[in-house]
Amino acid sequence: MSGHSTYQPTSGFGKWMDARLPMARLMHDSFVSYPVPRNLNAFYTFGGILMLMLVSQIITGVVIAMHYTSDASTAFESVQLLRRDVSYGGLMQNWHAVGASFFFIAVYLHIARGMYYGSYKAPREVLWILGVIIYLLMMATAFMGYVLPWGQMSYWGAQVITNFFSAIPLVGDTVREYLLGGYSVGNATLNRFFSLHYLLPFMIAGIAILHVWALHVTGQTNPTGVEVKSKQDVIPFTPYATIKDAMALVIFFAVMAYFVFFLPDYLGHADNYIEANPLVTPAHIVPEWYFLPFYAVLRAIDFNIVIPFTDIVLIDSKLGGVLAMFGAIAILFFLPWLDTSDVRSGNYRPLFRIAFAIFVINAIFLGYLGSRPAEGIWVPLMKASTLVYFAYFIPILPLLGWIEKPLPRPASIMDAVMEKSQDEGAAHIEGSAAEPNTKG
Amino acid sequence: MIISRLKTALVAATAVAVLVLGGLSAHAASGYPINKPKNVDWSFNGPFGHWDVGQLQRGLKVYTEVCAACHSLNLMSYRNLEDLGYTGTQISNYAAEYEVEDGPNDDGEMFTRPAEPTDRFVGPYANKQEAISANGGAYPPDMSLLAKARAVERGFPTFIFDIFTMYAANGPDYIYSLLTGYQDPPEDADVLDGLHYNPYFIAGNALAMSNPLFDELVTYDDGAPETADQYAKDVSAFLMWTAEPNLDERKKRGFVVVLFLLVFAGLLYFTKKKVWADVSH
Ligand code: HEC
Ligand code: HEM
Repeated sequence: MSGHSTYQPTSGFGKWMDARLPMARLMHDSFVSYPVPRNLNAFYTFGGILMLMLVSQIITGVVIAMHYTSDASTAFESVQLLRRDVSYGGLMQNWHAVGASFFFIAVYLHIARGMYYGSYKAPREVLWILGVIIYLLMMATAFMGYVLPWGQMSYWGAQVITNFFSAIPLVGDTVREYLLGGYSVGNATLNRFFSLHYLLPFMIAGIAILHVWALHVTGQTNPTGVEVKSKQDVIPFTPYATIKDAMALVIFFAVMAYFVFFLPDYLGHADNYIEANPLVTPAHIVPEWYFLPFYAVLRAIDFNIVIPFTDIVLIDSKLGGVLAMFGAIAILFFLPWLDTSDVRSGNYRPLFRIAFAIFVINAIFLGYLGSRPAEGIWVPLMKASTLVYFAYFIPILPLLGWIEKPLPRPASIMDAVMEKSQDEGAAHIEGSAAEPNTKG
Repeated sequence: MIISRLKTALVAATAVAVLVLGGLSAHAASGYPINKPKNVDWSFNGPFGHWDVGQLQRGLKVYTEVCAACHSLNLMSYRNLEDLGYTGTQISNYAAEYEVEDGPNDDGEMFTRPAEPTDRFVGPYANKQEAISANGGAYPPDMSLLAKARAVERGFPTFIFDIFTMYAANGPDYIYSLLTGYQDPPEDADVLDGLHYNPYFIAGNALAMSNPLFDELVTYDDGAPETADQYAKDVSAFLMWTAEPNLDERKKRGFVVVLFLLVFAGLLYFTKKKVWADVSH
């Protein structure tokens, strides 16, 4: 797919360097001459946005870490002093906190794109799995980052989440103690979380490099799901994808800046402006919005699983909830093999489209349920919604592959593009006659 | 064309849905407060929000003469009062009314001296335990961040509109409503001994603080009405300032940044159109 390199060093230094460390060649091949399908839509811009978000989080993070103290007695105040007394400190802090939310907005849209266009299917399984690993690392990073300001939600969120580990049979409590560095959340916990929160983004960066490497081996999918067949189907990354990604990125940052500057607390929780207090439990402990769907799954399992006709508890409700919650994420790893259809793009799968739409709506609803207390009507709704979530993966996706009759697909990307421009009128047909010169 | 519009609409819809979730988690469910906070038209609301310095000065006066008897303000230093338009001498005089412990001196002894502008606000109690015991078992919370530490759930669909109206006054609205919300309990209300009924309180039907504000309690020298309602407004605005002294600077900066990004996005849009003009896609 990548073809052979078209890089031509011009300067003397360029040639000298190219014979020793062909870094410029790598960049040229990856971001200039790299061929991309000509029909990518807006959903394909989120990968690039995620790259920049990672950089943005690392830059703001390194700056605020210069003013942060990871000591339980001063952590809360150090964040306040950063916001009040450091030049641009408030901006950096808001940008980092709101940025975490927008990182997740981008990653959810990126994942949804992959699920709809069948990006996970052969030959992109490894690319997909690397993505899921990034997602897991992101969640770990965000969770530990949220603990650092040492507010009430930081503290109690850490208490609840590390408690999951004690559900593991036999070794659970020991695992939890290692995680916390003690019997409960405290100074030792804060210190190790700070250390790990600083480390994980660089691990994400490492996996993201593998992710892009895998992408450049297989090439991108496109809305038709038909693989690239000829040079006609592709255009060079620069200027076409570059300018499109840049535009999407700036729009994304504009929306994010709106929140950073005008609604910095909108996505957060007021209780985190109260310093952590082990003696006072907040009325409702709620995680950040991006964890809410999984929080609902966790609390949907409020029953023990027993061996039928006996009283022997196989899985108690606590372990059951934790398994379901981790299962809801882990099942993404198996998606390439759960989807049995050999049609890649959802555009040509009428039944799949319905299932996918229900999945997305249900996932958002599950998030809503995650914000509700586990009582009354909410509990049966959590159960139903959890069931729908898992049903999408098993049995619906495997079954659909057999029973669904896909729509006819275009023979090639160029065919699809031509057909579309014919629909749009004569003006565009003329345009397509003047082919750009794709050296790819 | 239509399809791509639809898709753009879909991206936008998903983004809004996600933000809605965010709004939800920020405002979890609970039976209290009984009444939703009243909405005040603060000078610091909206994209052009700015401090009303006169109001903040009055708020400082209310804080100093009333609230400071029980509530500390640990994150503020006297020097911060420069933001409220006071001169160095005025601030030094204000600070000098309070005593702080300092030392050790050359003889190794601790001593007290009048506070200076660089000192933090001196609280009414030596420590939390003293504060609790002086208030019959209830802790009067430190006030520095109080205006950011309370946010009553806004409910659907209000919290969606909040994105577009830039509503971020949950804290001051709450404090104002609480201070003006004391009333006689209805007959069926179960109020514990020593608590004071207030349907705006976030964590129950009554709180340990009795109504601290009455008409003509504090003298104003700028002609503002000396009513409990005005005091409540002024002190709430003042507490918003202590919670985020840089609020107006943030908004001013934001206006420039968002505008710049939008113009930049527009320019990129036309550039993209030009670049893609001869490519069918
Ligand atoms: C006599 C002492 C006293 C004075 C004076 C006082 N307070 Fe309080 N305040 C308290 C106590 C005690 C509490 C804790 C109440 C509780 O938790 O039940 C409290 C709590 C509060 C709360 C938090 C309510 C909540 O949501 O938890 C606010 C806001 C507040 N006071 C504002 C003020 C303001 C503004 C003033 C000055 C106009 C003031 N207080 C004067 C004793 C006082
Ligand atoms: C830090 C987080 C991430 C970064 C920086 C990142 C980066 C990228 C980039 C630059 C692309 C190519 C552009 C595009 O198609 O949008 C891409 C594609 C892809 N990403 Fe990610 N990604 C991240 C997270 C994820 C996650 C969490 C998943 C899935 C669980 C994922 C799955 C994929 C897949 C399958 C593709 C290929 C898409 C296709 O061609 O159809 N990525 N990623």
